Amino acid sequence: MKITNLIAGFALASSSMVINAQQVEVTVTNLTQGIHYTPFLISAHSADMSLYKLGQAASAELQMMAEGGDITGLSALLTNASADIIENPAGGLLAPAMSTTAMLDTSDGNTHLSLVSMLLPTNDAFVGLNAWEIPTEAGTYTFTLNAYDAGTEANDEMITGGGAPGAAGIPVAPGGDGGADGTGVTSQELNATVHIHRGSLGDDDISGGKSDLNNTVHRWLNPVARITVIVM
Amino acid sequence: MTFVINSVLSFKNRNFKKVLSLLAAATLIVLTGCGGSDSPAPDMVVEPPPPAPVIYRYEISVTNLTHAQPMSPIAVVLHNEGQLWQLGQPASNALEMLAESGDNSGVLAESMVLAGQSGMGVLMSGMEETITVSIENTMPMMLSVATMLVNTNDAFSGINAMGLTNMEVGEIISMQTSSYDSGTEKNTELMSTIPGPAGGGEGFNEMRDDVDFVTMHSGIVSQDDGLTQSVLTSAHRFDNPTLMITVTRME
Repeated sequence: MKITNLIAGFALASSSMVINAQQVEVTVTNLTQGIHYTPFLISAHSADMSLYKLGQAASAELQMMAEGGDITGLSALLTNASADIIENPAGGLLAPAMSTTAMLDTSDGNTHLSLVSMLLPTNDAFVGLNAWEIPTEAGTYTFTLNAYDAGTEANDEMITGGGAPGAAGIPVAPGGDGGADGTGVTSQELNATVHIHRGSLGDDDISGGKSDLNNTVHRWLNPVARITVIVM
Repeated sequence: MTFVINSVLSFKNRNFKKVLSLLAAATLIVLTGCGGSDSPAPDMVVEPPPPAPVIYRYEISVTNLTHAQPMSPIAVVLHNEGQLWQLGQPASNALEMLAESGDNSGVLAESMVLAGQSGMGVLMSGMEETITVSIENTMPMMLSVATMLVNTNDAFSGINAMGLTNMEVGEIISMQTSSYDSGTEKNTELMSTIPGPAGGGEGFNEMRDDVDFVTMHSGIVSQDDGLTQSVLTSAHRFDNPTLMITVTRME
């Protein structure tokens, strides 16, 4: 009986050793030609956590990130849940075609990887990897990510500086290639859940038209980012 | 072919006349087999047969998934090093030429190419073409494929340095590919800059007036969707993926 318990205990210990203290290198590449990414939040957390759920309303913390690039809310949520976190590995915005790499040492039980960042210039678009189970087998895992709409703000495509949650408009066009004085593409958000972004419209009028975005520069097609995870 | 002649020679002692006529027939066979190369002198055939070359042969079947974006003649290349393009890096001159004009000759002539093959011609929407590429005695490590979406300024699609090392004979790998922007020509969509049937304009121009690095393509805007100057219509818009590619190792 005692021996059996010992063996069972040993088996448990070794299986938990497999998933504890993993070292993971995460590289994100901006695949777009005209979109900048706000500071990334990369985290390893427990299996029962997720930063968003497709088809469900965004949390207030996700809204902060998607509308203004502010990751402090999500970061606090993750810290409270004992997640391992890397903030802003690029040291600012990640420009088109650029990559950023972060090393993440995961603690016991933090078996799932998430990553988020806002797309600029947009109202509330973000790129996301949501609770991806980190393989226990060492190796290199590469896949691509899509752009989501947080569903929290109308995609009016007006560059107003509005980045606070609930404030209308786009904070900024980092490429310096935005327009002005658009009349607004729409004033409504018809889908208030997290969903695949339909893409920006833009127009060809830099000082007027419906949109302050340039339709030959600020549109995108999925996928918008590539992620490479190296499990050591 | 050497076998044929050797067996013919074994008849020599039995009937010289017959052998002569058989030899003539053998030479004919040899000529056909070599596709018109020099006919061997009969005294050369005592050489031991050379080892049969090891052939690596792949069939690449490409389907155009777009609504109305013809694909330029598809370039298929086997290589052991290098990449046809690198995200975030300037396009090579050969890739620029393919992406702006559809001319694949530069890509097929890249120094890294061990064996290359061009498609028969333009691949229209909904059509499928199978291209065979093979190489003797060198196991190729990578396969790349590239083609231009011709009703664009500089969009292309394809496969970049897919690993072949672990692919076994008879194995089939299927994938869908996305579209890239070579970053060498602004996406003005002007009639004068679209080489495909929608524009009939200029193809390759060595001037680079865009970001000068390769990214994913953001798609066509078109005159129907707010780009007044565009010669393109909603029919030319595309989304990812744009190609379906099936690779089969035949031998």
